[in-house]
Amino acid sequence: MSVIDIRGLSFAYDEQLVLENINLTVKQQDFLAIIGPNGGGKSTLLQTILGMHEIKKGNIKIFGQDISKNLAKIGYVPQNTNINTNFPIKVIEVVLMGHIQEYEKNPTDKNWLKRYFHIGYDKDEISCAKRALSQVGMEQFAYQKIGTLSGGQRQRVMIARALCSMPSVLLLDEPTASIDTDGQKQIYELLKKLNKTITIIVVSHDISVIVGYASKVAHINKTLNYHDISQAARPNIDGEHFCEVEMLQLLISKHQKGCEC
Amino acid sequence: MLEILSFEFMQNAIVAGLLVSIASGIIGSLIVVNRMVFLAGGIAHTSYGGIGLAVYFGLPIFLGASLFAVGAAILMAAVTLNQRDKTDTFIGLIWAVGMAVGIVFVDMTPGYNVDLMSYLFGSILAVSNADIWYMSALLVVIVAIVTIFYRQILAVSYDSEYAKLRGVDVRFFYTLILVVSALTVVIAIKIVGLILVIALLTIPVYIGEKLSSSLATMMAMSGILSTIFTFLGLFLSYSYDITSGASIILVSALSLLLFLVLNNTMRKIFNTVKKIKK
Repeated sequence: MSVIDIRGLSFAYDEQLVLENINLTVKQQDFLAIIGPNGGGKSTLLQTILGMHEIKKGNIKIFGQDISKNLAKIGYVPQNTNINTNFPIKVIEVVLMGHIQEYEKNPTDKNWLKRYFHIGYDKDEISCAKRALSQVGMEQFAYQKIGTLSGGQRQRVMIARALCSMPSVLLLDEPTASIDTDGQKQIYELLKKLNKTITIIVVSHDISVIVGYASKVAHINKTLNYHDISQAARPNIDGEHFCEVEMLQLLISKHQKGCEC
Repeated sequence: MLEILSFEFMQNAIVAGLLVSIASGIIGSLIVVNRMVFLAGGIAHTSYGGIGLAVYFGLPIFLGASLFAVGAAILMAAVTLNQRDKTDTFIGLIWAVGMAVGIVFVDMTPGYNVDLMSYLFGSILAVSNADIWYMSALLVVIVAIVTIFYRQILAVSYDSEYAKLRGVDVRFFYTLILVVSALTVVIAIKIVGLILVIALLTIPVYIGEKLSSSLATMMAMSGILSTIFTFLGLFLSYSYDITSGASIILVSALSLLLFLVLNNTMRKIFNTVKKIKK
């Protein structure tokens, strides 16, 4: 079954059409990169998948169901993780946020007090949060204040928070926007590792994500062009230098093989 | 000096100071991390409208002020949630209108010359037993709300977008935070007055935030600091016969200054030691 199925989706802010007749199928264990120019509708598409916008035309199915039914299966990592860096909160508490409202899903819980009032954190929740932190290599920072971390480390914590609810899909909005190049590579390596079990969707400005990491590329500029690059020849990105020219050559060679756009 | 403790008004002042300090430590933390300081200031001034109405209709002052402040809080929550860009204009508007309503109603009250100054700058020495009961009940409610909904409140305060995606009713909790803030502002008016309320809700909290690594410790720390400042201010106000609200705020502000200087010096020493070690 496809993870996400978008059919004939159009979306407009007021009169301005942002997305036009989008069709997209995301399969299990895809690593989809959504790229495109600023204002092209990348983030809008992501937000629509997350159910933040009302859909007027077309539809989105997640595991064949309406979005609201399957929100728990989607892990979301927001774009700006540099907000509120002075907030007095420990890393583990941020990750534990991924568990919030879970008890509502379990109305059969015999302990009525726990069902209605979820005070404090359970042992299993804490061990789950620690597991998620170790998955992203941040377990030693669990009890530090979030503001003491670097941008890249904070981004990993946000990924751990999303992993906490055991999602089948991970959606990331510009995960490397405010991170240095070393940090960026680490984040993508982490995503590659996670991709062995989870479907990954990354919205990115950073075109180099496509090479070496993504298996599918969706280019959005109001309309969507889809590229399957899982079979494409890849340059060695571990080398000294890789530039966007080579990237373009890669795409052009795909085109010559008969891509319709 | 200890004989002042034998007066009932002094005992009431101390208990009220303690109750209000704890409440303002908890709620002040929420106000600061949610960047609602200006909103809380608006609510404080608007509540004077409720005081005027209560005086005119002969109702208990706390009741009138609380109802008015809660109304203002709900209105402000609605505006902030729906039209974020208009928030500051709106706060400024109801800030002034609330005060004007209060003044007009006090003017219209026959034969009663309410002491406006006591509401502007507080009157901790005029706390009645009924006031103490009201403050205690409110503190219990605040502690209960913050304990039961700690996770939701933390999530909404830290990252409301994410909280919403995870199914937390962000609008409800945002409004709830503002409503309990409004109620806290009303009892704090009794202690430091509506002009100085904001300082009581922010100065101890600012220090508390720097010293804490979680919201809960920030609340506790702010509550303790606030209590110390209030008692010290109260003591100075009695010793030198100055307005209690103003002396509490000045004690807080001077402590903040001292804290900042010490904090900076400590950091410099720490850095130098680090360098020498290298």
